[in-house]
Amino acid sequence: MITARALSRTFQTRTGTVEAVRGIELDVAAGEIVGFLGPNGAGKTTTLRMLTTLLVPTAGEATVAGCDLRRDPVGVRRQIGYVAQGGAAYAEALAGEELVDQARLYGLPAARAAEQARILFTQLDLDGLWKRTCKSLSGGQRRRLDIALGLVHSPALVFLDEPSTGLDPQSRANLWNHIRRLREDLGTTVFLTTHYLDEADALCDRVLVIDHGTIVAAGSPEELKRSINGDAVLLTLADRAHAEDARRIVAALEDAGSPATDGNQVQVRVPHGASVLPGLLRDLDAHGIGLAAVEVRRPTLDDVFLSVTGRSLRDDSLVA
Amino acid sequence: MNLLRETWVVFVRALRLSLRNPVWVVIGLIQPLLYLALFGPLLKRVVEAAPSLPPGDAWKIFVPGLLVQLGVFGTSFVGFGLIAEYRAGVIERMRVTTAHRVALLGGRMLRDVLVLLVQAVLLTAVAIPFGLRTSVSGALLGVATVGLLGAAFSALSYAAALRLKSEDALAPLLNGIAIPLLLLSGILLPMTLAPTWLQRLSDLNPVKHIVDGLRALFRGDVASTATMWGLVDTIGLLVIGLYVGTRTFRRESA
Repeated sequence: MITARALSRTFQTRTGTVEAVRGIELDVAAGEIVGFLGPNGAGKTTTLRMLTTLLVPTAGEATVAGCDLRRDPVGVRRQIGYVAQGGAAYAEALAGEELVDQARLYGLPAARAAEQARILFTQLDLDGLWKRTCKSLSGGQRRRLDIALGLVHSPALVFLDEPSTGLDPQSRANLWNHIRRLREDLGTTVFLTTHYLDEADALCDRVLVIDHGTIVAAGSPEELKRSINGDAVLLTLADRAHAEDARRIVAALEDAGSPATDGNQVQVRVPHGASVLPGLLRDLDAHGIGLAAVEVRRPTLDDVFLSVTGRSLRDDSLVA
Repeated sequence: MNLLRETWVVFVRALRLSLRNPVWVVIGLIQPLLYLALFGPLLKRVVEAAPSLPPGDAWKIFVPGLLVQLGVFGTSFVGFGLIAEYRAGVIERMRVTTAHRVALLGGRMLRDVLVLLVQAVLLTAVAIPFGLRTSVSGALLGVATVGLLGAAFSALSYAAALRLKSEDALAPLLNGIAIPLLLLSGILLPMTLAPTWLQRLSDLNPVKHIVDGLRALFRGDVASTATMWGLVDTIGLLVIGLYVGTRTFRRESA
């Protein structure tokens, strides 16, 4: 559905040349939900704007939905939907009219445009909001209207730029269901950007991690997390005097990383945290080491990001 | 064909938005009426006292000037609306559709011209009880010229707005251009009253010739050179406006 080779974009600014995207390689299959994960300024939106024909690449080639990005931008536009980060509905306009007009701009005849808009209103739980001005909609409703605006011509591929930014948890969960349904009900391919790890984790078949304009890691959320050396096992000891003994025992576990000790807590990474736990607990017990708590933490995408970029996504002051 | 259809969709949408919030249309209409009521009587005295004024009574001098002012000022500020739409993501959303990008400009321009024509007709009609006596054909041709002039400034305003994308940059630019254009056009007082150097300077201003042309039309001199030059300058401005406007709207990342 998307193939991009060495796609690049540089911007000339007063202070010099900025390489926003440096030679990105992308392959997205039909029916996939792919997430583009990275901090602000990593090049996510620039890549998306190139793939949606809003920005001409300075170098590289791409085929989007069967059409060449450079030679047939109108063909690309016919096949794709784009939902921008900042929304797309005009505050003073009526929700229903915005949707019908958008459909008309895609070339739908008036009657079909209205029909399609009604269907989308129902599908995206916007019933009853047709005659409301866009400014009077709630954040979640407005976001769903933005998505409807991107879907009004039934595209085979839809790009969502930061779809859930600024929504409350309930609206986010609701939005995620709508995005999943796009694929399940309509077979739509979804390409989304996010800086929320839980969003990538919950929605995406595959995640591409982007930093400083290049893709630094790619894989399913599971694969990426597995690439971190396993799970973290965190022991909280009843008595901190046993910390050194506990450290020696966990260090001896098969394929264990080097343990870290902090007060009465000992942490170690092992490939399969849950399966070493029973043996570990017996060992600790045999050495007379009492435990206050045990935790096995599966790696998060934040760990992935940290391991490939050396920085935490949370450095961006974004809550995962 | 598609271009026309898409232009129509953009036009209807823009017009709906204007009608839903008609406060700007009303303000744009009240302003020239205020000139008519509060400045017109003053001008009447000036005209009576100044033998160097062009032939025609005060209203035939003043109403064409007001019409041109409406055409220039009324449409120069339409770019602000476009910046608001840009901020809301509307322009980008329309740019990812298959619609021709020139339609995004053309539809909005048509709306502006329609609003302007309504205002111009009303202004002319209201001037009649004040004492305007003119031929219907002259007045209609005058109003039509103002429509073309408005289209030119509407296109230029949208082009500037889409390039600057900031109200803070657009406002000084528009004032910086529109105010000298109007001062040097003899809209309020004919430039025949001005000293020679000011007249020469104003000869460089296309708006001045358009005002002169409109005054000739209102006098009934439809076939005069003043009318011709007014029309030539109006069409010249329109061609420039359309060229700059379509170029801007077709640019990438505009």
